[in-house]
Amino acid sequence: MNRYSAFSLLRNALSGNRHWSEAWRKPEPKRSYDVVIIGGGGHGLATAFYLAENHGVRNVAVLEKGYVGGGNVGRNTTIVRSNYMLDGATQFYEYSMQLWEELSAALGYNVMFSQRGQLVLAHSVDQLDYFSRKANIMRLNGIDADILTIDEVRRMAPYLDLSPEARFPVYGGIFQGRAGTARHDAVAWGFAHAADRHGVDIIENCEVTGFAFENGRAVGVETRSGTIGAGRIGMAVAGHTTELGRKADLELPIESHVLQAFVTEPIKPLVHQVIAYGADHFYISQSDKGGLVFGGGLDGYNSYAQRGNLGVVREVSEAAIALMPNISRLRLLRHWGGVVDMTPDAAPIISKTPVKGLYLNGGWCYGGFKATPASGWCFAQLLAEDIVPALARPFYLDRFRTGALLDEAGAGPYAWRQ
Amino acid sequence: MQVSGSRLPSGGRIDREKPIGFSFDGRSYSGYAGDTLASALLANGVSLVGRSFKYHRPRGIFSAGIEEPNALVTFGHDGRRDPNVPATMVELVEGLEAQSQNRWPSLGFDVLAVNQVFAPLLSAGFYYKTFMGPTRRAWLFYEHFIRRAAGLGKASLQPDPDRYDTEYAFTDVAIIGSGPTGLAAALSVARSGARVTLIEQDGAIGGQMLSQPSEGAAADWLAAAGADIAGFPQITVRTRSTAFGLYDGNTIGIVERRDHLGPEPGQTRQLLVLLKAQSIIFTTGAIERPLLFADNDRPGVMLASAASTYLNRFAVACGRTIVVATNNDSAYATARDFAAAGSKVTVLDARPASPLADSARKHGITVLQDHQLLAAHGSPVSAVAFRSGSSEARLSCDLLLTSAGWTPSVHLTSHLGIRPIYDARIGGFVPGSFAAGHFGAGALMGDYTTAEAIERGAAAGLGAACFCGRKAEPHAIPTPDLDEGIARDLPALAVPRRGKVFVDLQTDVTTSDIALSDREGFRSVEHLKRYTTLGMGTDQGKTSNVHAIALMALARDQSIEQTGTTTFRPPYSPVAVGVLAGRSIHGHFKPIRRTPLHDWHLRRGAEMIEVGLWKRPLFYPEHGPDVGAAAIAEMKLVRSAVGLVDVSTLGKIEVAGPDALTFLDRLYVNNLGKLQVGKGRYCVMLRDDGIVFDEGVVIRLAEERFFLTTSTMKAADVQSWMEFLAQTAWPDLRVHITSVTDEWAMLALAGPRSRDVLAAAFPDIATDDESLPKMAVVTGTFAGEVLRIQRVSYSGERAYEIHVGSRRGAALADHLMAAGQPVGVEPYGVDAMGALRIEKGFAAGSEIDGTTTLDDIGLGGLAKKSGGFAGAVLSRRPTLTNPDRRRLVGLQCLDAGRQLRTGSILFSEGAPQRGHGIGHVTAVTFSPETDKQIGLALLSGGPERIGETMLATFPVRNEMVRVRVVSPVFVDPDGARIDA
Amino acid sequence: MLAITCPNCGERNSNEFRYGGDASIVRPSHEDPSEEAWFRYVYIRDNPKGPHREYWQHVGGCRGWLIIERNTSNHVVLGVRRAGECR
Repeated sequence: MNRYSAFSLLRNALSGNRHWSEAWRKPEPKRSYDVVIIGGGGHGLATAFYLAENHGVRNVAVLEKGYVGGGNVGRNTTIVRSNYMLDGATQFYEYSMQLWEELSAALGYNVMFSQRGQLVLAHSVDQLDYFSRKANIMRLNGIDADILTIDEVRRMAPYLDLSPEARFPVYGGIFQGRAGTARHDAVAWGFAHAADRHGVDIIENCEVTGFAFENGRAVGVETRSGTIGAGRIGMAVAGHTTELGRKADLELPIESHVLQAFVTEPIKPLVHQVIAYGADHFYISQSDKGGLVFGGGLDGYNSYAQRGNLGVVREVSEAAIALMPNISRLRLLRHWGGVVDMTPDAAPIISKTPVKGLYLNGGWCYGGFKATPASGWCFAQLLAEDIVPALARPFYLDRFRTGALLDEAGAGPYAWRQ
Repeated sequence: MQVSGSRLPSGGRIDREKPIGFSFDGRSYSGYAGDTLASALLANGVSLVGRSFKYHRPRGIFSAGIEEPNALVTFGHDGRRDPNVPATMVELVEGLEAQSQNRWPSLGFDVLAVNQVFAPLLSAGFYYKTFMGPTRRAWLFYEHFIRRAAGLGKASLQPDPDRYDTEYAFTDVAIIGSGPTGLAAALSVARSGARVTLIEQDGAIGGQMLSQPSEGAAADWLAAAGADIAGFPQITVRTRSTAFGLYDGNTIGIVERRDHLGPEPGQTRQLLVLLKAQSIIFTTGAIERPLLFADNDRPGVMLASAASTYLNRFAVACGRTIVVATNNDSAYATARDFAAAGSKVTVLDARPASPLADSARKHGITVLQDHQLLAAHGSPVSAVAFRSGSSEARLSCDLLLTSAGWTPSVHLTSHLGIRPIYDARIGGFVPGSFAAGHFGAGALMGDYTTAEAIERGAAAGLGAACFCGRKAEPHAIPTPDLDEGIARDLPALAVPRRGKVFVDLQTDVTTSDIALSDREGFRSVEHLKRYTTLGMGTDQGKTSNVHAIALMALARDQSIEQTGTTTFRPPYSPVAVGVLAGRSIHGHFKPIRRTPLHDWHLRRGAEMIEVGLWKRPLFYPEHGPDVGAAAIAEMKLVRSAVGLVDVSTLGKIEVAGPDALTFLDRLYVNNLGKLQVGKGRYCVMLRDDGIVFDEGVVIRLAEERFFLTTSTMKAADVQSWMEFLAQTAWPDLRVHITSVTDEWAMLALAGPRSRDVLAAAFPDIATDDESLPKMAVVTGTFAGEVLRIQRVSYSGERAYEIHVGSRRGAALADHLMAAGQPVGVEPYGVDAMGALRIEKGFAAGSEIDGTTTLDDIGLGGLAKKSGGFAGAVLSRRPTLTNPDRRRLVGLQCLDAGRQLRTGSILFSEGAPQRGHGIGHVTAVTFSPETDKQIGLALLSGGPERIGETMLATFPVRNEMVRVRVVSPVFVDPDGARIDA
Repeated sequence: MLAITCPNCGERNSNEFRYGGDASIVRPSHEDPSEEAWFRYVYIRDNPKGPHREYWQHVGGCRGWLIIERNTSNHVVLGVRRAGECR
């Protein structure tokens, strides 16, 4: 198994790159594992890695129905930030940020975590006040945050339409310098690579079609290649949580919706931060390859189609031009959709389920990517110790009954409007 | 630069009478009308046009179409700068300025070409394996340089001055692609009477026929077909129109380019057409793919069919001594065309035999069978290396043309999720299936001869016509007599083991990158794309995808079917963001809403501000130099005399019907049973989850007719919610719900002298306190319109809201101003209005933020004890009734001269300042009334803490002030003034 | 663009409509005091991959609330009726 470094790169280059081995093995599934994780996306692979790394649980399989990283970890707009205001969410996402900051080193894989900063623009005094509250909460929790004046915004991104004549003039913004982007595929591959080095079996093209129960406890999963026994089973299939959950009669507060992403042709560096429009659904960053990567809001109706509709493509383009009139002639290279689990408060679920032996990680809405390390960290602890980690307690399923919701936007129990 | 091509004296589809001047990298050249930039550059002997993405290798023009991976150039300057445009797709217009890109300092000498030396280090995915140290932020350092090296052209920093439009179009049958298949299909549909829209990305119809000799059977056929098409009024031909995506509802996204018309005033640069069709025929054709060999990216290497296009359509012979290397028969036509043009042509055919070899030899072409192309030499190409049997040899040439078969353009058909399937006969992917009403024909389906294409196209046309309910008869369409070779039954792909063999020219992915990717276990086609970036360029891998899959299959020793295919994402070719936005820019982006008094405010010089989609007056500069000073003056005016404010933005809804009262009683938390006709009430509604949704006033206009207001921001949501309940939950209730927001202008008169103004303005309407007690309504007329006056206050002062038909709004304002002049009435803006409500402790948007309960905002007393209203049950959940919840209080700043700010976090004195605090400040103002900084806050425990001193901390500014928790009602807590 | 055939107005683009979520769950009576019933109504969703009954309101037209059956895996609309009408 290769360890990656500048030295290994040089050594292999000198031998014609013929001696690299697989980034992760392609094992046949064993008959049973201590823990089976369903879903070879970012969260499932991170869970497997931390199970081995933090808890010494190495007899673990990750079952992926397609290819590793083929779901939302490979379809998102790669933003990492920890600017959450509500008690519980603040701490969780900041912990995730701290894990991001060490992630390349921890995995021995460069996930290209680029802390280039994220700027969210304010278009009214009220919005700026709201951002001040958020920034103050962040500071009080040891998280970097600044409120920028319009002049500071101009210095950061002179190409924005900051004129008073803009449809929604800019008043300033909130900036988190430690926020940024990461290379999404590399996150999946890096966790897979590192988990594999710990002995985790990553099994691709292995769809789970059902569960095996004994006395009401889930004791294994059914796959095309037979039943695989499991001490504990973790679901990490956001986007398709209810489809899988139905096989264990789980009743969940989740809807599947499509979130689109867009990339333009590659250009020389233009956008140096992550910038979010505050007046409508539009945010943008520039990939290392040079493409402007941007996103908007949900398509707005339940969907599993993994593709978006033109209406939202146009709405996002309108918002893009409103903020960045200079990119009008740049051309959209691709647009695609990811299927996300939407919850009634736009916050995730990390929880035990009513089925013994079956644990749930899902409901990541449009914010799963940045949560990947902390999600895996917490879910691993839940699976290893059967104890809900304090960091994940706010995300327990019971909150919908008690009313302890984490609805930052105050959008209410309408998943498609969150 | 040597001359590798030149214009033929005759032939082609260019207009030699119309020379056109243009420049490339600052040098002036000349071409003809009908040229593309690519053909004009080739005619001028320009072979080096760009540098590659990663290794900065010199690149020339590779194709003649949308598949161009190399020749990406930048056009124009300033706001009209267009980077990364394929030179093959740009029509030559006078004065066109083009520049090469991704090179420094010049195209001829590019410093980053040094990357080629480090190529072994820069293998696929190299960046995942390094740049991880020495510190954890090291990547940011490396990334800076990587970003600068990456990217292609430069974007403009200025706004785009051009205009874009949108058209919604409808047709019976849409046909995408106007090659012989599409033309045959169009004629076949049109004869049934159905409407046809024929979509062609080129400037002219004809597809591959345009690349055939401009005189002869093909040209004659095309001319005849074109005349037939023109004879059918039900055929709409859209040229320069690229169908870039297929979307739900049989909607085709099309961009029509009008760039060639130039930036004339009023001219639309590009048009987005959303074409809705009953039936779609895909006749998108196929794109040739090249052979793979070492240094196959050199200038002077071209697709065989592209060279034919340049020769036949543009009358440009790209070379004199030509090698055509092929593994199929289609390239023989190219060889023949060039031989006819007088070039010396050698065909290297990988196969042991070809049925066309003898005829080629008769045309003076040297045909070498069983010859494998190994490498190109020279830059631009000056020779090729090949293998025959066990021996290797070289051959001089100035142009190397290759063909390894054709790749059907299945992109559009796969946009809605239909996966392409491999067709071994043609060595390419064809659509796996079609949805009902969708048809495919021609090269897209592997129908490679013109005769097949025409026949199948006509058949598809019949199918589409029938699908649209038309009676269609087969009708013979003549076929041209062409001596064509086609690319079927191809030999296995041969890949030389030596040298740098590019699979994806644009992203610089080589065969060894693909081998490495396989070695490292990236075996899904999606993994390959993501790991190597193959197919991720602006050409979306149109000439490389099939090769990549074949190479993966080869490496894994499995079939292409087992290896799979990739998902094609829209758009088919890149689409400008601006054309997607169309006219929805500036004031048309989220169109501005204006109140009936908008111009009235402007006349008074009001400083306007965006509130949601609305424009509202923030303050009137006549009252002070800035918003702070003016708002204080305006507040004082209201507290001491009377002010006038425009509240027309409030949502206004009428509810009528026998069950209107029952309906509203279930909707609002309030008990409305005793609401009398002519009276109003302040009401609140919850969401089903028990959180406060909105508030407003409900007025009972008549026994069965109510008028209610909503907050400005929630108007649309509230109306839909009411309609939802009426239509889906309680359909048995007989109610009508009508939005009247735009029908009414609403003005509020507030202040102790407000009644005086009313009395003077409406002497005929009884507005004394007996006739018009608190919350009551009286009606009258004003300028012939119904006028309503309600006594209601949000400021704590005596106040009235006056409603009149929108068109009388400004007149009413003038009338009130005139009537109120003796008591000094003045208008006030939303800043003062907001501050007045803070002084009075009314919860508004910053407290009703979608997370607060009735009790949180101090309105628990409004709710019916009996329940039965929306949200009642879930509002009783434990977390929502926890006494520790944050509830509304007032704050008084104790530190004179220091600013209490909205967004401050509250801590008890002495408590550690970390975490989330025990409350937060939702609104602040300077209170002229108390001469203090005051605020509203949501504080854990709420009113129970009144009297406590707290710290309001604002870490972002490093500020902290002491505050006293007080009642949120700062003004007139006894409510005496409202009657004053 | 999703196309929805409004029973009142004819075929229209979905951008004239407002989505209203799952229509297969029956809203409890306004007097129903059961927290469980309201919890399930507000939060629990079947979320099928396939045919899904859902509310849409034609806000840019007749303002009628419709119940649409639509396949969530391919967006094909299978049926439309007015919300107040019985099946």
